[in-house]
Amino acid sequence: MKEKTMNLSNAFKSFLAFCDRWKAVIIPLLIAVAAILPQLGFSTYIIRLMCNILIYTSVGMALNLLVGYTGLVSLGNVAFFCIGAYTSAILTANCGWNFFATLPIVALTASLGGVMVGLPTLRLSGPFLSITALGFAEVIRLIAMNFMSLTNGPLGIRSIPRPNLFGLELNLFNKGFYYALLVLVLLITLFIYLLTNSKYGRALRAIKNDEIAAGLMGIRTGSYKVMAFVICSALSGIVGAFYASMIQYIEPNSFTQDNSILTLSVVVVGGMGTLRGPYLGAIILVLLPELLRGAEGLRFVIYGLALVLMMRFRPQGILGWKSPLPYKLPSPPRDAGKR
Amino acid sequence: MPLLDVNNISISFGGLAAVSGFSFHVEEGEIVSIIGPNGAGKTTVFNMLTGVYKPDAGSIKFDGVECNGLAPQEIVKLGIARTFQNIRLYKDMRVIENVIVGMHINQKYGFFDMLLRTKKFRTCEYESAKRAQQILEMVGLSQHTHDYAKNLPYGEQRKLEIARAIATSAKLLILDEPAAGMNTGESESLMHFIRTLKDKGFTILLIEHDMNVVMNISDRIYVLNYGKKIAEGLPEEIVSDPQVITAYLGVTKEGKDAAGD
Ligand SMILES: Nc1ncnc2c1ncn2[C@@H]1O[C@H](COP(=O)(O)OP(=O)(O)O)[C@@H](O)[C@H]1O
Ligand SMILES: [Mg+2]
Repeated sequence: MKEKTMNLSNAFKSFLAFCDRWKAVIIPLLIAVAAILPQLGFSTYIIRLMCNILIYTSVGMALNLLVGYTGLVSLGNVAFFCIGAYTSAILTANCGWNFFATLPIVALTASLGGVMVGLPTLRLSGPFLSITALGFAEVIRLIAMNFMSLTNGPLGIRSIPRPNLFGLELNLFNKGFYYALLVLVLLITLFIYLLTNSKYGRALRAIKNDEIAAGLMGIRTGSYKVMAFVICSALSGIVGAFYASMIQYIEPNSFTQDNSILTLSVVVVGGMGTLRGPYLGAIILVLLPELLRGAEGLRFVIYGLALVLMMRFRPQGILGWKSPLPYKLPSPPRDAGKR
Repeated sequence: MPLLDVNNISISFGGLAAVSGFSFHVEEGEIVSIIGPNGAGKTTVFNMLTGVYKPDAGSIKFDGVECNGLAPQEIVKLGIARTFQNIRLYKDMRVIENVIVGMHINQKYGFFDMLLRTKKFRTCEYESAKRAQQILEMVGLSQHTHDYAKNLPYGEQRKLEIARAIATSAKLLILDEPAAGMNTGESESLMHFIRTLKDKGFTILLIEHDMNVVMNISDRIYVLNYGKKIAEGLPEEIVSDPQVITAYLGVTKEGKDAAGD
């Protein structure tokens, strides 16, 4: 029995190593599949599910920067998602802005929230930080509930328009919305890739590994932690804006703690501190409830069981691992003169 | 003017005076050791030098600049880098990445250089990796370049800590028990390596338990006991100092067992 699991885990390891080695082929292939998928005549219900997967991949990717790379476990990510959703919904539905024009404002308001959580948590660590973030999310939800003149309180905001690109409405029927989300998730992935493969990413990972040693090597740990919060919140806000535009009606209870937990699970199940983890995490966690529709009562039992098994057998997440391949050394910068 | 000039620093934790009125100096190019029984306050002195603790009183001048009250980040920039008695590497990062993190303060590109992968970014990253490889070569870790830090044997982890400190471009390296946990052969070669560092122009302040190491490589030695300086001088003066013999050498074994450090 034990030997079998060993063999299985070794086989999986070689599979991951294979993927790593061939990523220059596999990644474009997967992107092509994702681009063709909606053209295969699926129902709107399936398209909506695929959009949901992309939404949770994107926001998982944002939270991963904080949780997976920097080691700051925030339990209140829905706060930024909510701020982004409301900012964009108010500007589009009430003020007639174009969806895309709202995104810079969304990034701004959401990252303001990020600073508000990030600054006081500089002196907190571990569970205290998690709880503070959780409390902040609840405060944001209560503001949405009670600031009637701005958010319309519990009645919520209706008829949120779809994104409009040069006169073309991006919706679920023409699949435009799906493609917008696909571009979004790829851009976020690229951004996180660029960031983490630089001194910034190294600083964040050093902080996760040993914050004191990071400070003693000259890393301004406080600024970097706030930076991680700001980036995570700005990106989460932008994803929230897309979410509002997808479901077209938001109210305070669209942004409960369930959303934070789901996003965190996407990161943990997929693999903390990896770029591919959130993709798999989102696929599993969005599809699982749909597959378990018949067994409503057992849903949470199965969730719980899945998480416990994860923690027992793969605490690093399904796709989390340490690559045995050599570290990729930077190639010399190209010079005009010599090659 | 000494490179490092420490005057009358004191600190206490609760009622315990961990270090009281300790003064010492390190000249450029010297190897100076601080010795003393476990719990004497040696590591605490290092923590004050590097800004982890702020001394209750006294002054620390490095290169003529007052460091008392500066943040650790500012002190590294001035040119003091350290290793830790209880190894503090970035365990889940590669060996070479640990060294490159040490260069953080000298990697001068900005956020947009990073996003756009500008020439400045690519040159800096390339030069950093190249220099990291040279440093690893120098400390004898090049065969471990791609390994994860946590997979290194204990002695190699200590060397990696030194490599990371060197990477900061510090002038003064302060090493907290670098030979701890090494066998005689390993500590001999470490001693040799520390000498070569001196030849390369580094100034070294050392805490060490291994008397063999200390007596062989130190230019001068300070002895601490219960947070107070009880002796200072050349190695041969220290070994024959009666106070040192009773306070330290005489009780080494019991002191070690009792403190269990
Ligand atoms: N942060 C701290 N809080 C309380 N006591 C401390 C702290 N740091 C050190 N001490 C105490 O100060 C004394 C000196 O410790 P230390 O500097 O680690 O000794 P050494 O490195 O010489 O073995 C010890 O009694 C230790 O318990
Ligand atoms: Mg000590």
